[in-house]
Amino acid sequence: MTLPTDHLFRREAGRMVATLTRIFGVHNLALAEDVVQDAFCRALEVWKFRGPPENPSAWLMATAKNRALDVLRRERTARTFAPELGRLLESEWTLAPAVEEVFASKAIQDDQLRMMFSCCHPRLSEEAQVALVLHILCGFSVDEIASAFVSSHAAIEKRITRAKKVLATSKKLFDVAAAAEFSARLPAVHRALYLLFNEGYHGASPESAIRSELCWEAIRLTAVLLEHPQGATSATRALAALMCLNASRLPARVDASGNLSSLLDQDRSRWDQELVAEGVKLLELSATGSELTVYHVEAAIAAAHARAFRAEHTDWQMIVSLYDTLMMIGPSPIVALNRAIAIAQQEGPERGLEEIRAIANSDRLRTYPFYHAALGEFELRTRKHAIARDHFRTALALARNSMERQFYEQRIAACECNAARHVP
Amino acid sequence: MSEFVYLYRGGSREGSPEQMQQVMHKWMAWFKQLSEKGYIKNPGHPLERTGKLVKGSQKTVTDGPFAESKDVIGGYSLIEARDLEQAVELSKGCPIFEREGMVEVRPVMQMNM
Repeated sequence: MTLPTDHLFRREAGRMVATLTRIFGVHNLALAEDVVQDAFCRALEVWKFRGPPENPSAWLMATAKNRALDVLRRERTARTFAPELGRLLESEWTLAPAVEEVFASKAIQDDQLRMMFSCCHPRLSEEAQVALVLHILCGFSVDEIASAFVSSHAAIEKRITRAKKVLATSKKLFDVAAAAEFSARLPAVHRALYLLFNEGYHGASPESAIRSELCWEAIRLTAVLLEHPQGATSATRALAALMCLNASRLPARVDASGNLSSLLDQDRSRWDQELVAEGVKLLELSATGSELTVYHVEAAIAAAHARAFRAEHTDWQMIVSLYDTLMMIGPSPIVALNRAIAIAQQEGPERGLEEIRAIANSDRLRTYPFYHAALGEFELRTRKHAIARDHFRTALALARNSMERQFYEQRIAACECNAARHVP
Repeated sequence: MSEFVYLYRGGSREGSPEQMQQVMHKWMAWFKQLSEKGYIKNPGHPLERTGKLVKGSQKTVTDGPFAESKDVIGGYSLIEARDLEQAVELSKGCPIFEREGMVEVRPVMQMNM
């Protein structure tokens, strides 16, 4: 008896809801979710007695399809379903073939895309879009999202409930065949997937397992986008490259004793070379055309790190010039901070400090622990141990989880130990 | 050895996809453990939550459910154990207890005299 692969239910939940919503209509999202829950209950009942079937995904999809047919037959006079399928669902002659067609595997792929674009509705905030994608397409419960975002159940529930209302009033799912609308909404979809990935990569949740799952979900959905002819743009490839290259470092972010490991200290032999190769290939493919997005530049920066087998081989000059480009096309205090860190690597800690002091709107960085940590690191390198320690203490106070706290405590200890050693 | 029936009653049907999958893994692991030790005579079947109830001299037919929904029988298994005490002990590993359900352990009546 073999157990189904990890997270099968969660992954199938997204596919089933997206497909069922296509038949039921987006206003019946709750009904689609009920049918999915019912399919899981049936799977649970049957599989626990008989073991999982040969193809668990197909079994779940077929069960959802049969439940959908039951619901359509039972409620077709009482409810209105998807306007696109409208009349086909009214007669028994056309009902089953219409449903069969929606459940064809190519259609299911498109349904996920349709739902992805629908979730990135312009009336929703970026945060709401990301929560909705996670909930509907990735099958995360409110509690699981709250835990990943280090937020309360109530706050996430409110965000998702409101977002679902907006989705329901949009009447129809997004039409991915409408070329102009597709291109117009594509940047919002990129942005939501990028934020989803970053929540996993830089997020606050102390559980690295949850966080890497967010990264994998973002990569999976970006791959769905890449398979659509209109979705496979240069920017999508750059975004996918960026995700692969950064995700290649996930196995090395926590060292053998369970402590956070910074980029320069990581054991680079633990970087996933398959993901690096995939990322590099995607980055090369993304170079066609004249479009240059922040994803292109960030992917190029990640590639520069990936190319250095040892931290001291890093081409900092190239990284600084990429950050210069990033400051032109997508400036932000965080980009400026990262640029300052790269300059410090190349030209020394004093130059890093100078650059940090020159950051415009640096007040926006005051609550960002890495800002204080960078200041601490540069002061430590210039042997101003007491000042460095104060910066790390500020970072410690802002740390978002126990792993970060432990990291800053070690840095504070390093300052104190060095300070004692340098007393004349 | 004697035979016993486990009647699985109630049990939550709620949960995120991830939780549902974990529950299923637990059930499968429990069944596997029991069957490897030879305690499972027949894994049995799950039962639909719906059905009809036929009752009285008038043979009145009503729709299910037939008990409080928290007590509805969701399935059964046929178990082989030394005695009732052991059958009860073995049932304690059932994942249904984590989901507000219960197991009714009933000896199968011996039909020889």
